[in-house]
Amino acid sequence: MATATNRMLGHLGDSVERLEDPPLVTGKGRFVGDINFPDQLHMRIVRSDHAHGKIKSVDTSAAEAVPGVVAVWTTTDIDDVPPIDFREGSDPTLALFRQYALARELVRYVGDPVAAVFAEDPYTAEDAAELVTINIEPLPVLINADDDPQDFKGKATTEAAVVEQGYGDIDETFASAYKVVEVDVKVSRHTGVPMECRGAIGRYDEARDVLEMYGAAKVPHRNRDTLCRMLNRPASGMHLFEGHTGGGFGIRGELYPEDVLVCVAAMRLRRPVKWIEDRQEHLMAANHSRQQRHIIRAAVAEDGEVVGLDDELYLDQGGYIRTHGTRVANMTTGTLPGPYRFPVYRSICHFRLTNKTPAATYRSPGRCESTFVRERLMDAVAVAMDMDPIAVRRRNLISLEEMPYGRALDVLGDSVEHDPGDYAGLLDQGLAQIGWDDLQKQLAERRANGEMVGAGISMFFEKSGLGPSDGAKIFIDNSGFIEVVTGGASIGQGFETAMAQIAAEDLGTDYRRIRVVHGQTNRIDYGVGAHASRATVLTGTAVSLTAQAVRAKALDMAAELLQTTADTLTITDGVVHSKDNPTGPSLTLGEIAEALMPTSKLLGGREPYLKGEEWFHIDHQTYPYGHHIAVVKVDPDTGGVEIEKYFIAYDIGRSINPMMIEGQLVGGLAQGVGGALFEEFTYSEAGDPQAVTFADYLMPTLKETPDPEILLTEDFPSIRTPLGIKGAGEAGITGAAGAIASAIDNAIGIPGAVTETPVSPQRLKKILSEHGK
Amino acid sequence: MSDKKDITLTVNGRDHNVAVDPRWTLADVIRDHCGQTGTHLGCEHGICGACTVLVDDTPVRSCLMFGVQADGKKIRTVEGLANGDEYHPLQKAFMENHALQCGYCTPGFLMLATGILEAQPDISDDDLNEVLSSNLCRCTGYANIIKAVRAARDEMKAAS
Repeated sequence: MATATNRMLGHLGDSVERLEDPPLVTGKGRFVGDINFPDQLHMRIVRSDHAHGKIKSVDTSAAEAVPGVVAVWTTTDIDDVPPIDFREGSDPTLALFRQYALARELVRYVGDPVAAVFAEDPYTAEDAAELVTINIEPLPVLINADDDPQDFKGKATTEAAVVEQGYGDIDETFASAYKVVEVDVKVSRHTGVPMECRGAIGRYDEARDVLEMYGAAKVPHRNRDTLCRMLNRPASGMHLFEGHTGGGFGIRGELYPEDVLVCVAAMRLRRPVKWIEDRQEHLMAANHSRQQRHIIRAAVAEDGEVVGLDDELYLDQGGYIRTHGTRVANMTTGTLPGPYRFPVYRSICHFRLTNKTPAATYRSPGRCESTFVRERLMDAVAVAMDMDPIAVRRRNLISLEEMPYGRALDVLGDSVEHDPGDYAGLLDQGLAQIGWDDLQKQLAERRANGEMVGAGISMFFEKSGLGPSDGAKIFIDNSGFIEVVTGGASIGQGFETAMAQIAAEDLGTDYRRIRVVHGQTNRIDYGVGAHASRATVLTGTAVSLTAQAVRAKALDMAAELLQTTADTLTITDGVVHSKDNPTGPSLTLGEIAEALMPTSKLLGGREPYLKGEEWFHIDHQTYPYGHHIAVVKVDPDTGGVEIEKYFIAYDIGRSINPMMIEGQLVGGLAQGVGGALFEEFTYSEAGDPQAVTFADYLMPTLKETPDPEILLTEDFPSIRTPLGIKGAGEAGITGAAGAIASAIDNAIGIPGAVTETPVSPQRLKKILSEHGK
Repeated sequence: MSDKKDITLTVNGRDHNVAVDPRWTLADVIRDHCGQTGTHLGCEHGICGACTVLVDDTPVRSCLMFGVQADGKKIRTVEGLANGDEYHPLQKAFMENHALQCGYCTPGFLMLATGILEAQPDISDDDLNEVLSSNLCRCTGYANIIKAVRAARDEMKAAS
């Protein structure tokens, strides 16, 4: 590794400016809407305006008669295209609940695609789409996942699955408990809502028999594999291309009906087909997330130890099961115990379909929901036991001595094993930094003076770096320029910068001399994309291992040319020289690359080119951890909540770029605040979505978003990765709702008042008036 | 469809003669007919501000204005901010302060801030927050956007 004396700009731990930024601040980004191909058609989707019903007929004749319309499709035009399959492969138990690209026989939510119009320009496509008439015979609408399940196609019920996880004897533990504390807690339906709506362009290169899709994001390689399976194409004849992506958050880049349609249409209509979503569509068609109701009980011992946890939850999956299958149910039940010991545990998830937009993952899926629920319960335990909320948590935290701490729980096929970490130690550091005891005194004084102010805490553990493997390639050309090719994805998180910093560390160059390729399935066979906070952990480690291999090759070749041994050499700013004599004989990486060309007489028995490809295999995910503390002020007249102060403590293991990590935490928190206080997809009893514009779906602006104080520690590098890296993408959001709810309870002096998010002014006014406040 | 109307838009100093449908939005005309795709559409109903451009030096949501309404007007978009290879102080400040992640809302914030700092070089922090709260960002949590715009304001003031 580079030593302190020869550090170039942009090595590990440096908060350097991002490689991504120059094109983005000058308008040179290439987002999907910016990409066009000659002769392209524009697609517009006609969507169901019924939440549930039988499709009696679809009349496309008026639309087809519009000049400029090339085709109008319904499901009968693509009856050979199977429903959209699961990312992790086929699952016969869930297959029935998958969504067709265009609705077949039934519509199951408002927004369900029923027809597709293809026209010469987008305005014409939209005009014609309005002329398609859909005749639907309404069926009973199911809005609440905790109501009785209904029939599903005469073959099953809407309870698509029951996911249960746990360990230990629940009945005995609760029968002998000193006290049992129960809460009934709801998380609202909300989702990622990136600023860029979705988009996709299908293009079929008939000459080469290659089908291409532009506008891919998040998991281009996985979606390529699914599309190949669905459309019966070889992997070499199907390529996905990621451009700039205007935010991901888990929802962008999954394989949606529209993505399948542009691909199929490009092949059959023999012209490129472009689809750009509008915001109204986005809010009723892109994945929703989060909606769960938990009825959860804690069995508590006399000293405040929670000896058992028993949870039953209803997950509102919406109209179909999309690419994730039951992953959110799995992550919720697998991570609910969080940072606490809980020696006996059971969670039963009723995974149920309703007649709303299909749901899937949104930043911190499962952990966001379960952390809110668990931390609400911990506050309730504190009240029931007449204990301090911090003391109750401390009593139950897994200790450093018990680490690594395994549990008989599964998270995405990985048995949970907590990385070593000092949960209580970080709590001490956090409370000291924020001055918790003084804060309590100040808040008590202000409450005594009539103000509704309070503080709350939420503790959590995160997961990151889901395996099993990822690879990377590095190629250095004879000018010395370095290309790092990955199967990762860039959704705005700074992927290119992080990978370049990691590669620069071992290649001894400035990070700005490195081009990072991602999201192009024709450049590398395999890729994990960007999700589950895995890009830096998994792809970053693969890049590091590859850079080490390329460095070794460069030094080996240089040693021969400089008539010395490799161990006497190092690389500084792209130049190989003697460690002892930096100004002595030297070679640039470009000169070494030249010596390694296939025709080079100096090649000897070596493989040609200054390049490498290495893989990283991880046996367990990494489990970073932290806590959030919120201080809020409630306005009893309006029901408004003002966040006066916010604090996040997080152990990252090892920082690549602290500036970007803090950016992830602050940005995640803004979304957490949205979920806690504002964002909610509400529906009428008939299943009509009531939040389909930004006037109804309220996202935080600058005025509602706190600028948090952050304590970023590197006390416990992960034992799972050679660099000690843990992920950073989700910790900013995970603890937010729990901390804010706890602070609101404290501010209004009503323990356990908040049982549902978002804590909108209406909900808070109702709570206050019910308690005579 | 309706008859087209010939208009002239001056975008970043260059005249574009475009035959437009009266219903085409200014955003679509700038993107699809003047080739300047740096202006982004986030909601097409005037709330998110991603499509903010300057029309005769005033910040305007280009999704809420028709192209024909901008006939003869001077439009400035993010592509016109830098002076050759030299970044505008706001562009520099956004990069230095990590005020962007995915970069989709960034052109709108840059043009909004440019308009307000040109009109009110001495604008207070509070008033700046008021103005900047009219655009949405989903990645950054805004803190770094505020820092960047304040830094640019101070630099622009010192340079003037």
